[in-house]
Amino acid sequence: MSDVVLHGGLILLILSLAVMTVVTRDTFAAITAFVVYGMLLGLAWVALGSIDVALTEAALGSGITGALLLRAAVCLRDKEAAAEVRRPGRAAHRVSGLVCAAIAAGLAAMVLMLPDPAPSLAPAVMESLPATQVKNPVTGVLLAFRAWDTFLETVVLVLALVAVWGMTPDALWGGRPGELRQHAHDGPLVFLARVLPPVGVMLGIYLFWIGADEPGGKFQGGTILAAMWMLTLLAGLTDAPPVSRRWLRAAMVAGPATFLLAGLSGVVFASGLFAYPPGFAKPVILLIEAASTVSIGVTLCLLAIGPPSRPANR
Amino acid sequence: MNTTEWFGIAAALLIGLGLYGILTQPMLLRKIVSFNVLGSGVFLMFGVIARRGAAAGLTGDPVPHAFVITGIVVAFSASALAVTMALKLHEDTGESAFPEGEDATAPDNPDEDKA
Repeated sequence: MSDVVLHGGLILLILSLAVMTVVTRDTFAAITAFVVYGMLLGLAWVALGSIDVALTEAALGSGITGALLLRAAVCLRDKEAAAEVRRPGRAAHRVSGLVCAAIAAGLAAMVLMLPDPAPSLAPAVMESLPATQVKNPVTGVLLAFRAWDTFLETVVLVLALVAVWGMTPDALWGGRPGELRQHAHDGPLVFLARVLPPVGVMLGIYLFWIGADEPGGKFQGGTILAAMWMLTLLAGLTDAPPVSRRWLRAAMVAGPATFLLAGLSGVVFASGLFAYPPGFAKPVILLIEAASTVSIGVTLCLLAIGPPSRPANR
Repeated sequence: MNTTEWFGIAAALLIGLGLYGILTQPMLLRKIVSFNVLGSGVFLMFGVIARRGAAAGLTGDPVPHAFVITGIVVAFSASALAVTMALKLHEDTGESAFPEGEDATAPDNPDEDKA
């Protein structure tokens, strides 16, 4: 009974915030609604029994995506105020509404007609999990059973950053991303940026470390590290490094490179590509996760603050 | 009907809402936000399917969970790239939406080509 009230209320809140995100005229209001929507969606993931996804959704899907969208909204604000963009007419709205309602109704019907009993790979995962020596089944799937997918995903992050940097004007290549912020000596943001990072960095490392056995892992840990770096950048306590720095690029590719080397060594020491030597699976997985946590933290923060926007010497 | 199915219907509605935003919002940034709503609806549907596959002492099938974690990270990368492209378009042409109507293919600003 309490499930019905809690879950029903959560779903109503999520749907109302999604409506607000999509239809509100004011962009800032829409993005604020989107951030709250993402947080509540994290709760929905808890209700659906996945703490791993809930952490990722709250930290990355809501938090860092929100920061990225707000930065863009600030850059576009003047334009939006100056010129009223041409909106589609009423007829176009009605047709779009009908099409989208039909698609939603079709998907809802499909959800209600899913096969029963549901197909599941959970027994197969639990059967093979002891061989990986990790206890968190999601980490087992990400780092062992479907390691190739996860490797390609870490490469996608780096490629996305290369594409973002590719939009740098020639004159600013090798410069620093983000705005130069005046270092304010007091104020709540500076206070927060001094007090929170030590705790946040510990939490990020803890989430990576615990991820082998409990909910957590490199994505959740790396996202928190990225958020801490962004906080010190926003408060003006640190400045973003020029994108041409070698250590920065090494940090970006450390995760994918370690992952690839570990995968290739499987050809020599184990049964094939991305196979881990029996008995050494957990140390190899922890090594990959450690390097990936650093790379994910650096890459996510750099993706959120955008391409270089000022010369390196300022 | 149990509450897991309610989340499934909510996921379907979120996908419809996100698509509606992509089609009707003229500003590119709003299209990106709507695209994220659509994406989170797809992820939530994965969550419902994972929940229905709960077995072997787990609260859900870990394989779709792993897919969704991968998906959230890729969705963020795509959003970051899309936002950068929207800002670049604004910087170069002053536009924050796609041009519409018959003159959509004609260059608004002939000086742009010389730059």
